[in-house]
Amino acid sequence: MNAFLDTLVSRQDMIQDAFIEHIYLSFVAVAIGIAIALPTGVMIARYRRFAEPIIGVTAIFQTIPSLALFGFLVPILGIGSPTALIALIIYALLPILRNTYAGIVGVDGSTIEAGRGMGMTRTQILRQIELPLALPFIMAGIRTATVLTVGIATLATFVGAGGLGDIIYRGLQSYNNSLVLAGALPVALLAIGFDLILKWIEKRATPKGLKT
Amino acid sequence: MIRFDKVTKRFPDGTEALKDISLELPARQLTAIIGPSGCGKTTLMKMVNKLENPTAGAIYIDDEPITGMDEVKLRRSIGYVIQRIGLFPHMTIADNVSLVPKLLNWPADKTDARSKELLQLVGLDPAVFMERYPLELSGGQQQRVGVVRALAGDPNIVLMDEPFSALDPISREQLQDELRHLQQEIHKTIIFVTHDMDEALKIADTIVVMKGGKVEQVGTPQQLIDEPANDFVRSFIGAERINQKRSFGERRLKEFLFLFDKDWAGEAERADAALAVGDAHQLLERSGKPRLAVVDEGTLVGFAGERELLRAALHVEKGAGV
Repeated sequence: MNAFLDTLVSRQDMIQDAFIEHIYLSFVAVAIGIAIALPTGVMIARYRRFAEPIIGVTAIFQTIPSLALFGFLVPILGIGSPTALIALIIYALLPILRNTYAGIVGVDGSTIEAGRGMGMTRTQILRQIELPLALPFIMAGIRTATVLTVGIATLATFVGAGGLGDIIYRGLQSYNNSLVLAGALPVALLAIGFDLILKWIEKRATPKGLKT
Repeated sequence: MIRFDKVTKRFPDGTEALKDISLELPARQLTAIIGPSGCGKTTLMKMVNKLENPTAGAIYIDDEPITGMDEVKLRRSIGYVIQRIGLFPHMTIADNVSLVPKLLNWPADKTDARSKELLQLVGLDPAVFMERYPLELSGGQQQRVGVVRALAGDPNIVLMDEPFSALDPISREQLQDELRHLQQEIHKTIIFVTHDMDEALKIADTIVVMKGGKVEQVGTPQQLIDEPANDFVRSFIGAERINQKRSFGERRLKEFLFLFDKDWAGEAERADAALAVGDAHQLLERSGKPRLAVVDEGTLVGFAGERELLRAALHVEKGAGV
């Protein structure tokens, strides 16, 4: 235990840098993931025949083991954070995409027809009815994606993108258990922390009228 | 006035929902479209606000064809009450009701005043209900809001798609009564789709009976009962009313003697005038004879057939409704 605390103190700068790097990687990946998956989800909910193939492709990416995906990307993109980011974005896509799609498709058809019958345009229906009602699902997707990304970002170290994986990897190589822990613990805390915060947001995002 | 001119609707899978329908629905009256499920009644109604478009034929509102009209504009000018929960669950009652006025860009104070006035009209206190959410309301209250929402934009035409079918019988009857009273004040052109003959007879000025994509008969409730155009209409009225025993009530035959024929040459089953109308109907059915010979304390007082009993039943209901 003392050894662990010593490590924390002596390697404080390094851990801090890795921590910030880790958050940066995860955050940017999720942000770009949302920017891609949310509009795509909205689109495939409108043009349903594209839904299956597009979700299918993202699902295939999802099944590739993460380390292998990093491995595939290195020969194409070389080493560095762009490679890590792209891999992370690919992983963030599916949960957000699928939940956005499911959330919008799940909105009661009669509610939408009421909107149509009252003379709302498609865009008005999307913005005033479908998106608000799908928001809890979308937020749940973002939460899943975030927790997933924080975990997988640990592997970014293998493509030289830094992050807390660096600390863990270094600890493993030097048989330094304290150092491994000094990397692993923050990752776990980060994942749990994000999960709690996003869960709270998810609750807040549930339209007031739907809470019981 | 809404006019259908040789309207046919064929769905992509080949089924013909409507077959060459020509029909005029009077302005400022409540017209009920009734028929068994799959008869095309909802499709017919949805053509008025272009939720469905005809495969052939045309629809005119006040002699203007709606074919060329912008569908969004058209729909904003027509009230629409949907079956079940058409309210938006994430919006307050105030937001739900003011939706169409906002789409029409009414000034805020006018929208607000209109919403309050209408809620009051259906017996919902604005101070209590405006900020509530639909799921906090009972089914009957929700559908009142649904009716109010359809009226908010002050449309001339209101379409109602089985609006009360999901309600419990007591709320349903209440809302039917309220709608009738409301209509006496507002005089909108209302098209009311239903599969419930009792409901149609109770609230409609005109009834359109449909079957298999065709119109079987158009007439007032009284005309339908007095002169059903064919066996289908007769059985549709009859079957419905027999199923709904409440419409026959517990009233006695002798209260309706004025409705019965004095003479009858054919076969008749003897029935006591103290018999309840509902029981008398069953007796008539069981006997297989065309008429009942109604006897009051040994004296023959009249003859009643299916038609007379139905009239009596309608009478019971009209008496109870007001």
